[in-house]
Amino acid sequence: MSAAVLTVEHLTMRFGGLVAVNDLSFRAREAEITALIGPNGAGKTTLFNCITGFYKPTVGRLQLAHPDGTSFLLERLPEFRIAKEARVARTFQNVRLFAGMTVLENLLVAQHNTLMAASGFTVLGLFGARSYARAEANAVDKARHWLGRVGLADRADDPAGALPYGAQRRLEIVRAMCTDPVLLCLDEPAAGLNNRESAELNDFLRTLRDEHGISILLIEHDMGMVMEISDHIIVLDYGVKIADGPPSEVRNNQKVIAAYLGVPDEEIAQAGTEVGL
Amino acid sequence: MSERAPVRSDGVPAMLRHDVFDAVKDAALAALIALGLFVLLIGIRTEQGPTGALVITTRFGALAAVIAAVFAASLIRSLVWQRAAPAIGRWLPISARTAAAKAISPYLAAAFLVLALLVPVLFYTNRYLLDLAILIVTYTMLGFGLNIVVGLAGLLDLGYVAFYAVGAYSYALIAQNFGLSFWACLPLAGIFAAFAGILLGFPVLRLRGDYLAIVTLGFGEIIRLVLLNWQSLTGGPNGVSGIPRPSFFGLPFNSTGSGFAATFGLHYSPTHRVVFLYYVILALALVTNWVTLRLRRLPIGRAWEALREDEVACRALGVNTTNTKLTAFAMGAMFGGFAGAFFATRQGFISPESFTFGESALVLAIVVLGGMGSQLGVAVAAAVMLGGFELFREFDQYRMLVFGAAMVAIVIYRPRGLVATRRPSVSLRERSDTAAPIVGGTRTETPA
Repeated sequence: MSAAVLTVEHLTMRFGGLVAVNDLSFRAREAEITALIGPNGAGKTTLFNCITGFYKPTVGRLQLAHPDGTSFLLERLPEFRIAKEARVARTFQNVRLFAGMTVLENLLVAQHNTLMAASGFTVLGLFGARSYARAEANAVDKARHWLGRVGLADRADDPAGALPYGAQRRLEIVRAMCTDPVLLCLDEPAAGLNNRESAELNDFLRTLRDEHGISILLIEHDMGMVMEISDHIIVLDYGVKIADGPPSEVRNNQKVIAAYLGVPDEEIAQAGTEVGL
Repeated sequence: MSERAPVRSDGVPAMLRHDVFDAVKDAALAALIALGLFVLLIGIRTEQGPTGALVITTRFGALAAVIAAVFAASLIRSLVWQRAAPAIGRWLPISARTAAAKAISPYLAAAFLVLALLVPVLFYTNRYLLDLAILIVTYTMLGFGLNIVVGLAGLLDLGYVAFYAVGAYSYALIAQNFGLSFWACLPLAGIFAAFAGILLGFPVLRLRGDYLAIVTLGFGEIIRLVLLNWQSLTGGPNGVSGIPRPSFFGLPFNSTGSGFAATFGLHYSPTHRVVFLYYVILALALVTNWVTLRLRRLPIGRAWEALREDEVACRALGVNTTNTKLTAFAMGAMFGGFAGAFFATRQGFISPESFTFGESALVLAIVVLGGMGSQLGVAVAAAVMLGGFELFREFDQYRMLVFGAAMVAIVIYRPRGLVATRRPSVSLRERSDTAAPIVGGTRTETPA
């Protein structure tokens, strides 16, 4: 069993009186696809926002370990440093591209920190230093590579907002990949995709895991997809973890079935008699 | 415009009648609105009567004329233009028009530059035009500076004149108190203004849109009020006078033996200084333009544009949005400061009255009308706006009306400004400047 890349311990996130995530602990292991599932409002996206620093958790510890042994306490870092130093990349439930910029520019913004250093924090770049030109050429090559992987190479110079929806989803994922992430957090990547696109996405996520060793944290409502590609599933309901294990185990978990499908009428009646109704 | 034209099969009289009926109905509605709008404005007028009391006089003739004009214009618009627009669209599709605009714009920019360089040669004897040209180029430079903040970074700044003022007062006060020359003071003025930009940037880091606009508006007023009330330093409402004029590498522009004219064996003429000032501001504006174009292609420029598009996504990609915003404010402010220093040395006298909200509004209007993010657009808009102000000077109070109408027209017909095309900062295709828009135009798909 591989090492844990993300360790979440006793994470609680409160918004006033609402407890969105309650005392949640789990591990996501290296080079595995960990899926987070649960009914609407279960706290999945809140958890993502805590991991990527957009929310500061009320209580709890989020530890991220790099393969080289360095580790980061995510709850202490501002969001841009989580992306830059801890190398956690994310996508959003509603696609957030830089719509007015071209596809290629979107991927270069993702390599901002590398390019910024290469441009001598703008000073060298302003005077046309050779080293910056080289760094930019490398960045463009990397972008071209990832665009080729998702079949968008011929759209590189089109505005990102002009792409069809499925292509925008793919672009957002490769944009996150251009930051060289250790952990990739995908918030409902298959939402709005047709069956063929969804199958292609599955293959793509598998290659990211198997060939690039990327650890993926996935929020998804499409159970077919979750069961097919996940190595590990965590089920949330009302901010509480109700199941944690491989797909085969979670699929048959009574609590999970109850959370998704409700419980049979007899059981409600039985519970009613037990409490004296 | 064209989308409102109903699909007609030509030569069917019933359909045509229907069309005309619709047009008349539209025109009648427009006339009715005009009646409501103008009945008090034009129809009724109060004048002082012979006894000194106010008498109401009516001008129903003029009112009828205005309403008839509105009716006729509306009718012509719907009957002629709505028929012509689809035909023009067929003859010259929008994609071809954008392609043509993109193809022309480099030549247009070059022509503009050549014209700008030749202004003092062409109009050497016309002092009035030279002064106007200096004014236009100064505002172009201010527009370039504000374009970084508003056009690229998408931060609506209504107090840009504050940096112009900081630059002007920095130069005036340093030159007077420490005797430094214009060229030594210019960078200092820029630095002080950039510092003011960062000072403004910090409190507004978390603000966007309307809220940001209000705070920047307040900042502009604060700077003006400080200048007005800090009498011991700035001279208050009396301003600073006797600001040193720039010299040509140490040669002053005067009629003495050591002056510019005598040294080069020319007859002394006050125009020399005006021409020199013109080239100074032109050089400053061109440097601003060059730096801005350069920055756009660097990571910082792309980060500014990304910030305008989606700040949350920026942070998720590891872009330090705090630094990015502050550099945008500082850069924009610095160029404003340079322009301010130039303004001070040209005028020889500055007072807080030169730095009112009206100036901020004018520069912002130049940026918005020119097309946010477009350098050529800003230059064209500055020339059109300020040139227009002068051209219509004889219309006196009506020229603002003309400008209001022009702005409304631009907002309706060219909502993204005169030059609305955006050139990508980097591209995979070679010679993409002409290839990209055509391919993009034919392949654009609407997101599902």
